Amino acid sequence: MTELVAVEGQPRIGVLDGEQRDGRVRSMVRLYATLARTSIMEQFQYRAANYFYMIGMITEPVIYLVVWSTIARQQGGDIDGYTAGTFAAYYIVWTLVRNMNIVFTPFGWEERIREGTLSAQLVRPIHPIHYDLGSFAGYKLVVIVLWLPIAGALTMIFKPELSPSVAQIATFAVAIWGAYLIRSLLLWMLGMITFWTTRVTAIFEVYFALELLLSGRLLPVALMPDWVQDLAQYLPFESTFGFPITSLVGPITNAELVEGLLRQLMWIAIGTVGVNLMWRRGVKAYTAVNG
Amino acid sequence: MSSSPPTDRELERRRFAGLRLARLHLRVGVMNELQYRANFVLQMIESVVALGTGLVVLALIFDRTDTLDGWTRPQLLVVMGVFTMVGGIIGFVIEPNMGRVMTDVRQGTFDYVLTKPVDSQLLSGVREFRVWRLTDVALGLVVLVWGVTGLDTSLRVVDALAFAASLAAGSTLVYCLWLIVTSGAFWFVRMNEVQELFTGLYRAGQYPVTVYPAWLRLLLTYLVPIGFAITVPSESLTGRLTWQRGAITVGFLVLAFTLTRFVWVRGTRRYSGASA
Repeated sequence: MTELVAVEGQPRIGVLDGEQRDGRVRSMVRLYATLARTSIMEQFQYRAANYFYMIGMITEPVIYLVVWSTIARQQGGDIDGYTAGTFAAYYIVWTLVRNMNIVFTPFGWEERIREGTLSAQLVRPIHPIHYDLGSFAGYKLVVIVLWLPIAGALTMIFKPELSPSVAQIATFAVAIWGAYLIRSLLLWMLGMITFWTTRVTAIFEVYFALELLLSGRLLPVALMPDWVQDLAQYLPFESTFGFPITSLVGPITNAELVEGLLRQLMWIAIGTVGVNLMWRRGVKAYTAVNG
Repeated sequence: MSSSPPTDRELERRRFAGLRLARLHLRVGVMNELQYRANFVLQMIESVVALGTGLVVLALIFDRTDTLDGWTRPQLLVVMGVFTMVGGIIGFVIEPNMGRVMTDVRQGTFDYVLTKPVDSQLLSGVREFRVWRLTDVALGLVVLVWGVTGLDTSLRVVDALAFAASLAAGSTLVYCLWLIVTSGAFWFVRMNEVQELFTGLYRAGQYPVTVYPAWLRLLLTYLVPIGFAITVPSESLTGRLTWQRGAITVGFLVLAFTLTRFVWVRGTRRYSGASA
């Protein structure tokens, strides 16, 4: 916190001994704003790189879209109510949600621990996760701006059927940030396994495969076999991917919108507790290695 | 009759020296990687997870339909086998070598390639091998055989030969594309994002390119040669390959290889070295 407060020209002592909740919240907001601003400026410099990356990324949903709308047409127009137009809407919204899902990679933890960048963060008075959350949130704002023309092009090519209600749009606007938060917490937990063992690649690969199948990234969960749908209910993946998409694309009732948001809240709570528990134990293991 | 026979013989000797050099690099590369056996296990897990996911997707598709754009389940298994095999070939030799060239150009160490008395294009294609990626070639072959045994049609010798030839041609085309992209480093220095773009587009090869809409199909055939590298070999095994398509493949290969050579020569001439 120290340098950021100094940058804002605020006396550091005010934060440290004031300790009123009000002051803390305000300085947290300022921290996030600063991190986001820095990251926005940084990412806009790499516009071209970001674009290439995004174009490479849209191949994935375009493949799914082509395959499933072909099957829908072969089956006489739809699969369980999903027409080619619904699939188009689903996989175009998918591209934005996928971008919201990009968070600090668990593969980065090995470097954090090996290179000792974590040590510098440890001495700061604020939990390091806030630095990741803040800077990746700024990156999201850049991504949304860059995404708009891509979405426009995909819309012209694939002609999605999309007619969301106001409630759906509002829910979507909130749910994509909920998704971002949940996935950040989940991947933090996944990455923190590196505190205990460095042979994590295999664990990560299996995790990502499960996530692909159970989140709605590959196929709307509603079209999966029944037992997969049952399983997905007890896992956090759908809250990070399928739910935000379906909240905008439908078909979904208002009650389901509320339920989905509550489910997101639940996973945020569980994730926060999980991250805190693992972090506290992990740091001990970490200092033991260095000590 | 040449007026200076020693020079001719010298050139001949050098050409073979290039091949000998490639073999030597391969041996050193293999021995180097064999030290890290744990990586083999990791690669195995990675490959099996990727392949398993692909098989689950096929199961989901054929849960809903009997054919995808005219391709049956065993036929799509063949496509998946070829996709995995070509992915393995790319990861084994193409990607590591092209990555090395980009790093060399950026850091100026490409001098070491240019100053050697061997053809620079040949040398820069045989310096790095990621042996464990051959896992994908093996696993892909297993899936391929599994698919072929499920086909209604029986496989003729000529089909197998056409398959081997088209796989070689397709892989060479992928190499050409990568080399052209890599040569971009002589002009633009940073080409890593373009590589990422290719990796993204390559995934489209999991399905026959005929599934995609026309504009995308053309793109995936002539710009990113997935159509030639994956679909054509699969067609040869599933009795879809026409001789016209075979001829187009050969013609395009000659064209692409010539263009690649041209771009490479122009690029290396443009390279200014570390200290210049």
